[in-house]
Amino acid sequence: MSKKEKGIVIDKSIKRKHKLETKGVKVFYDDFMAIKGIDMTIKANKVTAFIGPSGCGKSTFLRLFNRMNDYVDGFRLEGEVRIDGENIYKKKINVEQLRKQVGMVFQKPNPFPKSIFENVAYGLRIQGINDKRYLSEKVEDSLKQVALWDEVKDDLNKSAIALSGGQQQRLCIARTLAVEPSIILMDEPTSALDPLSTAKIEELIYELKEKYSIVIVTHNMQQAGRISDYTAFFYLGELIEYDRTKKLFTNPEKQQTENYITGRFG
Amino acid sequence: MRKFKEAIIEKSLLASALVTILVTLGIILVLSFEAVNFFREVPIIDFLTDTQWTPLFSDKHFGILPLLSGTLLTSFIAIAFAVPVGLSISIYISEYAPKSFRRTIKPALELLAAVPTVVYGFFALTVVTPFLQTFIPGLSGFNSLSAGLVMGIMIIPFVSSLSEDALHAVPNSLREAAYGMGSTKLQNSFRVLVPAASSGIIVSIILAISRAIGETMIVAIAAGQQPRLTFDPTVPVETITTYIVQVSLGDVQHGSLEYRTIFAAGITLFIFTFLLNTISYRIRKKFQEKYE
Repeated sequence: MSKKEKGIVIDKSIKRKHKLETKGVKVFYDDFMAIKGIDMTIKANKVTAFIGPSGCGKSTFLRLFNRMNDYVDGFRLEGEVRIDGENIYKKKINVEQLRKQVGMVFQKPNPFPKSIFENVAYGLRIQGINDKRYLSEKVEDSLKQVALWDEVKDDLNKSAIALSGGQQQRLCIARTLAVEPSIILMDEPTSALDPLSTAKIEELIYELKEKYSIVIVTHNMQQAGRISDYTAFFYLGELIEYDRTKKLFTNPEKQQTENYITGRFG
Repeated sequence: MRKFKEAIIEKSLLASALVTILVTLGIILVLSFEAVNFFREVPIIDFLTDTQWTPLFSDKHFGILPLLSGTLLTSFIAIAFAVPVGLSISIYISEYAPKSFRRTIKPALELLAAVPTVVYGFFALTVVTPFLQTFIPGLSGFNSLSAGLVMGIMIIPFVSSLSEDALHAVPNSLREAAYGMGSTKLQNSFRVLVPAASSGIIVSIILAISRAIGETMIVAIAAGQQPRLTFDPTVPVETITTYIVQVSLGDVQHGSLEYRTIFAAGITLFIFTFLLNTISYRIRKKFQEKYE
């Protein structure tokens, strides 16, 4: 019991800055090398966009930070991935704990076939938190953060599957926010959505960066330009260029980057 | 010429489909016809409320309840054993086991369903009952406990295989969502996947119940032949199916009232399994809509 009560007091006072780093990272799927040695530092409380043609490894690279590649057959990693200096692939790491700290939003909205309320409360429930008042507060708070509260406040017990695609995706973001991660990974979060829903999510990302470090994979270069502070261009498993978004889009250093952003390939 | 060939093949396929339908209809007709004759002589109220079943004695009673209780008791024991075990197996195979293990264990499990039921019956009578008697001293030689348990073993693959299919069909995106939130494998299995696959799991359980209710050989050999209205698992009972076997193999005169009792018992059994199959069909239809 004491353990459960302890879980309710999530310390909000210390919002540390969380820095992501990779050192000589190579990723193999069996014999295929998907990431060919990347050193990178991602700044805290900024939005960093990963761009590049399909199959360039940007999603694989993103999924390294919450160890979602662990479930892929034949996955093997060389090098180090660090969050705040700690190697998250060392043996002692608690993967579940890591994923609470590093939330993820997926390409296709994937709400659980449960009620709207239970979707948002899920992350807290699996931590053993069942206090009704606390859960209601958190659910309301999270849904407000994604501007979904006014749309669903009277339907909290209805199935999340009945929501529109855009609403589902905002619900998935709310579900991630409810466990108070410090880093949010987004894997093409708007690619399955209509322009209006996309605009809402982009706005949301802009607001969220105050409190969270956000890394977003996108196929849409305008989107990267609109919402990100930094942009990284990947090509064939390599990090070609990584700079402030403005700089990368207006004055790229590398020819390949320029070819890609001007639409000459990809 | 080719068209003619096609037509013949088409017609013969249709004919074989019709045969199964006709046979089913025929069975229902015969059952109903003989049952109606039976109910002309025995009021249906007596059939449903009398607590004794003694059609072969001189003091005749035609209450189905003792047979029904035997059937329900053995089935309940079987289900109570098979569902937790089968479900655990299905979760293990679908979420925990390495793929290579999955490939070998699934056919191996399904082999359980291929063992002839008479072998199971013998196993219950000569192995399980003596074993149980070592720590349940009051256990009769024929009893519903060991018959039910062995029947449970037999229907494990019905539960585990179909439930595993249902779990396997849950979209991977839900697994990713659950893991992405920091779920452990156990939390992912019980809080997300099992609820998401619940309709398929329920169907598997209903089919298993229906199989248990209709099972004959195991209960005929190991549960006894004494119709008795009881829920005590340690004493001999008789199930509906056992009674039908007993009379069919006995020397009851064809066309007599005693003979017709098996049709009344048969139609009771048929109504139960028909209802269960209908429910599972409905659930399955709903389940298909959900993933399309």
